[in-house]
Amino acid sequence: MTITRRRLLETAALGAAMPLLPATRLFAQDAPLMRTIPASGEAIPAIGLGTWITFNVGDDRQLQAECTAVMAAFFAAGGRMIDSSPMYGSSQAVVGRGLATLDRRDAVFSAEKVWTTSAANGPAQIVQTRRLWGVDRFDLLQVHNLLGWEAHLDTLQAMKAAGRLRYTGITTSEGRRHDLVETIMRRHPIDFLQLSYNPVDRDAERRLLPLAAERGIAVIINRPFRQGALTRRLAREPLPDWAGAAGATSWAQLILGFILSHPAVTVAIPATTRVDHVRENLAAAGGVLPDRALRERIAAHIGAL
Amino acid sequence: MSEWWTYRLDDFLLFSPRTYWRLFEAQNAALWPLPLATTAAGLAALLLILFRAPGASLGMGLVFGVVWAFVGYSFLLERYATINWAVAYLGPAFFIQALLMGGAALRAGALAFRRLDGVGVAGLTLALVALLVFPVLPLAAGRPFACAEVFGIAPDPTVIATIGVLLIVRGGWLAVLLPIPLLWCVFSGLTLLAMDETQAWLLLGAPALTFGLGVVRFGPRWVRRPEPRV
Ligand SMILES: NC(=O)c1ccc[n+]([C@@H]2O[C@H](COP(=O)([O-])OP(=O)(O)OC[C@H]3O[C@@H](n4cnc5c(N)ncnc54)[C@H](OP(=O)(O)O)[C@@H]3O)[C@@H](O)[C@H]2O)c1
Repeated sequence: MTITRRRLLETAALGAAMPLLPATRLFAQDAPLMRTIPASGEAIPAIGLGTWITFNVGDDRQLQAECTAVMAAFFAAGGRMIDSSPMYGSSQAVVGRGLATLDRRDAVFSAEKVWTTSAANGPAQIVQTRRLWGVDRFDLLQVHNLLGWEAHLDTLQAMKAAGRLRYTGITTSEGRRHDLVETIMRRHPIDFLQLSYNPVDRDAERRLLPLAAERGIAVIINRPFRQGALTRRLAREPLPDWAGAAGATSWAQLILGFILSHPAVTVAIPATTRVDHVRENLAAAGGVLPDRALRERIAAHIGAL
Repeated sequence: MSEWWTYRLDDFLLFSPRTYWRLFEAQNAALWPLPLATTAAGLAALLLILFRAPGASLGMGLVFGVVWAFVGYSFLLERYATINWAVAYLGPAFFIQALLMGGAALRAGALAFRRLDGVGVAGLTLALVALLVFPVLPLAAGRPFACAEVFGIAPDPTVIATIGVLLIVRGGWLAVLLPIPLLWCVFSGLTLLAMDETQAWLLLGAPALTFGLGVVRFGPRWVRRPEPRV
C-alpha cells in the first residue's frame, strides 16, 4: 500500500476534527502513524513487529502458518519494520519463509542484529542471517545487546559505506548498560538505537531519548508490553473512560500511544502471535496522540494498577 | 554476560510453552505406536533389574543405551534444537550417555544387582513415575494427552527413569553414569520453571533426591546408620 502525502493530511485532518471517534474505526486497515528516520528523512510506519519468542516455532508447520498470517495482517495494515536476531532460535527462518510465501520482501524494512562475542564471526553470521531472510541486503543491522560492539560497529559501518547496508544501530533492553549506550551515541555515528520504554519503564526518558533527539538517532522501542506481562496484568482491569482521548480502544493501544507520543521515538516493535493483536497494534495512536498531561495520567494510572 | 544479576530465569526462555509442548505432540504422532514399545521395553528392563535376572545388566544396557541415543537424535537434535540453540550442544551428551550405559552393561562387574534397600525403593519409585506417571501428566496440567512425554521418546522421563535404575543398582560406574542425567534434570527443570510449569519440581527434585540418597548410602557413618543412644 502506498501512503500518499495527501492521504496523510486527510487522515490528520479527520483525526483533528473527530478526536473522540475510536482510533480503530478511523485508521484500521488505513495508513498507520508515520515517523521519520533522522539520518535519511525516510518515512517509516511507527509500529513494527518483534519476533522474540513469538516467531521461534521451529519446524511446526501450523505455527509457521500462524506467523505468516500475522505478517500478512501486519503488511496489510501498512506495517514495515520486522525485527529479529540470531539469538531468537528459528525466528529468522520463520520470517524468511513468511516473506517468501507472501512475496513481500519489497515491503519489509528488515531490522536484524549481529550477536556474537567474536569479531571474526560477525560477517559470517550476517551472511547466514541474510540467507535465512532471503533478502539481498538488510535495511538495518544492530549490535545486539552491545555484544562485541566495537568490532561489530566497524563491520556495520564498512558495510554501510560499501552500500551493503542502509542503517547501523545498537540495542539494549530493560535499562541495561545505559551509560555505555550514551557513550556510544556520543562517539559513534549510529543511525538507530533500540531500547525498552513503556509507561512503567521510563528510565530512557532521562538521558537517552533526549540525546537521541539531539543527535538525530532514530529510536526503536522493544518490550513495549514487558513481554506481555503488562498487557496480561492490565487485562483484569477496566480501560479508563478517558482512554479514547488518547486514541486508544484497548490497554495495548493506550501503552503504544504513550510510547509513540514521546517525540524521540521512531518505531515501537510489539511482538504477537495473533492477527487481531497485530491489527490492534498497527491501529494504535491513529492520529490522536496523548499530550504531556495525558502521558503522565497514563503512566500514573498504569503504574498504580 | 554483563550485568548478569539483572537477568531473570525467564529472560533465557526462547520459546512459548505452546511451541514447546507441541514438539511432543509432533514427536508422538510421528512415532506412534513406538511410545508403547519403548514403555514396554523400559518396564521389562526394570523387571530384569528387580529380579536380578541373568542378563539383567545386558538388558538394561541395551534398552537404556538405545533410548538415550534415540532421544538424543530424534527429539533433541531433530526437534528441540530447532527452537532452543543450546540443545544442539546438549544432544551429543545424550550420545555419550548412550555409550556409557552400553559400556557399563558390557563390562563385567561395572554394575552390581543386589536386594532392594531403601535407596533402591526410592529409585524404583522414580523409575515407575517416569514410565507410568509422566505420560499422564498432561491430563493434570490441562494439556492435550497427545503431547504426553513418554519414556524412550521424550528426554525427561527417559532421564528420570535412568536415574531411578541407577539408584537401584550398585557399582563403581555410577560415578560416571549419573552426571549427564543429573545435569539434564537441572537444565530441563530450570526451563520448565521459567515456563511456570509445576512439573519443574519433578526434574529439580530428582537430583536433590539422588544427592540425598547418595549421602545416605555413601555418606558419613552417622548418616548411614545412626548409633544407638546410650
Ligand atoms: N536487546 C534486544 O535487542 C531486545 C530485547 C527484547 C526485545 N527485543 C525486540 O523487541 C520485540 C518486542 O519485545 P518482546 O517481544 O520482548 O515483548 P512485547 O512486545 O512487550 O510483548 C509481547 C507480548 O505481548 C502480547 N501482545 C502483543 N500485542 C498485544 C495486544 N494488542 N494485546 C494484548 N497483548 C498483546 C503478545 O501476546 P500475543 O501473542 O497473545 O499477542 C506477546 O506475548 C521483541 O520481539 C524483539 O524483536 C529486542
